[in-house]
Amino acid sequence: MTRFSAWTVFKEGMRGQKGWARQWRDPDLKKHYDIVIVGGGLHGLATAYYLAENHKLKNIAVLEKGWIGGGNAGRNTTIVRSNYARPGNREFYEDSLKLWENLSFELNYNVMFSQRSHITLLHSPGAIDAVARNYNIMRRTGAPDVELWGLESLKKAIPHLNYTDNARFPILGAAVHKRAGTARHDAVAWGYARGADSRGVDIIQNCEVTGMIRAGVNVTALETTRGTIRAGKVALAVAGSTSRLWQMAGLGGLPIETHKLQAFVSEPLKPLLDQVVVFGIGGAHFYISQSDKGGMVFGGDLDWYKSYAQRGNLPIVQDVTEAAMSILPCLGRVKLLRQWAGVVDMSMDGTHFICKTPLDNLYLNAGWNYGGFKATPASGWWFADLIAQDRPHKMIRDFDLKRFERGLHIDERGAGSDPKLHG
Amino acid sequence: MIRIPCPFCGIRDHSEFSYGGDGSIAYPALDAPMNDWHDAVFLRDNLCGVQTETWQHLQGCRMWLRVERDTMTHEIHSVTPAHPGMAAALESDQ
Repeated sequence: MTRFSAWTVFKEGMRGQKGWARQWRDPDLKKHYDIVIVGGGLHGLATAYYLAENHKLKNIAVLEKGWIGGGNAGRNTTIVRSNYARPGNREFYEDSLKLWENLSFELNYNVMFSQRSHITLLHSPGAIDAVARNYNIMRRTGAPDVELWGLESLKKAIPHLNYTDNARFPILGAAVHKRAGTARHDAVAWGYARGADSRGVDIIQNCEVTGMIRAGVNVTALETTRGTIRAGKVALAVAGSTSRLWQMAGLGGLPIETHKLQAFVSEPLKPLLDQVVVFGIGGAHFYISQSDKGGMVFGGDLDWYKSYAQRGNLPIVQDVTEAAMSILPCLGRVKLLRQWAGVVDMSMDGTHFICKTPLDNLYLNAGWNYGGFKATPASGWWFADLIAQDRPHKMIRDFDLKRFERGLHIDERGAGSDPKLHG
Repeated sequence: MIRIPCPFCGIRDHSEFSYGGDGSIAYPALDAPMNDWHDAVFLRDNLCGVQTETWQHLQGCRMWLRVERDTMTHEIHSVTPAHPGMAAALESDQ
């Protein structure tokens, strides 16, 4: 693996950029792996990386049905934050944010993590009280960077929001999470892939799992479009398609529904918005940031009905653009460049699963709802720990499939057991 | 836009409707073991393909409907009243 540095960039510049090698191999599929990770998205690749790096394990494969970075890894709005307050989520997302802060150095790959702050607009005294409670919990548990702002500070930071008195929902203040921000999604996939590959992990693209062969409470082999693979341990990290694989394993139902979530990007603009801004009231839900290329990247709610189709429906396009206009009227004449949809696992309480399963050698990483991107490093770290040690660390103790039987819901939004409501 | 043929109102845009969820779930008896209730409330087959689901025509007749729809292609195969008894009673009133 070529180690990237200012010196290598300079050296390659001097000799016509001829010395760069491909960043990961395209290996032949072996007949047997000790660990097979299904899903070459961000979480699958991160898991492979930490299995090799933290646990020094070898003979690992990552199977990807398409190309790495081509699923939800390439369909999200790249927001990284840790403003969760429920026990379990709080520690986990804070841990993830800390891993993000060092990720470019860890991977020797610039993931362009930009801690530009995440600003939630507040429109009612009730919203201010609710966020004050959550952000106080954060301040007391390792995140001193969160603040409540009044209008004066907010106007100074973002002068071009809609502050007019005749706005349908006038802005009263904002909740600010300063260490939050965005990262470059492709670079995260490529950085983890390169790191995993250089530590001996086989990344197998164009390899879709079509069946699982079981012997009692073990998965012995996976049938794929590139042949049968025997596996010591099998780990699922296939957001959106979890239920399909679960049923291949003959395991029945899951507390998950597959829904589609759209995202949008505008034509590139000159620098307009330095922060991630979130708006949510009266049924609207909207988040926006500006990419390094200048495009306004934004998204809103789910399409509101279950779907495996990776294409979005028009009523949500209208909802999202209406929300955009209500807080940033200056976007009115900006052209939309692209709009797309990804399919996500919406869970019954809005929280994910990193856990063992009814089968002894099958491990599950699923149910990321809207929020898989920010969780990538911690998800990979702790999923690798679970697979390697075969027991859940206390960090992920409650992210199991049995929590509903225990009466435990990690329901950040308080929306109840309806997957589509966990925004 | 999905177009849903409501048995009461005719073909309408899906944005007039509210999605209920998996319509194949049968709730157990009130005194059934906790496990049966857990499975009915929390577990879903989450089919990729044709599934039975419920929709409410919220901005139309407000009736709950049972819809067979393909969750990959969004094609609608059938729409019937979720509560046929209530539908029949409404019909007989007219």
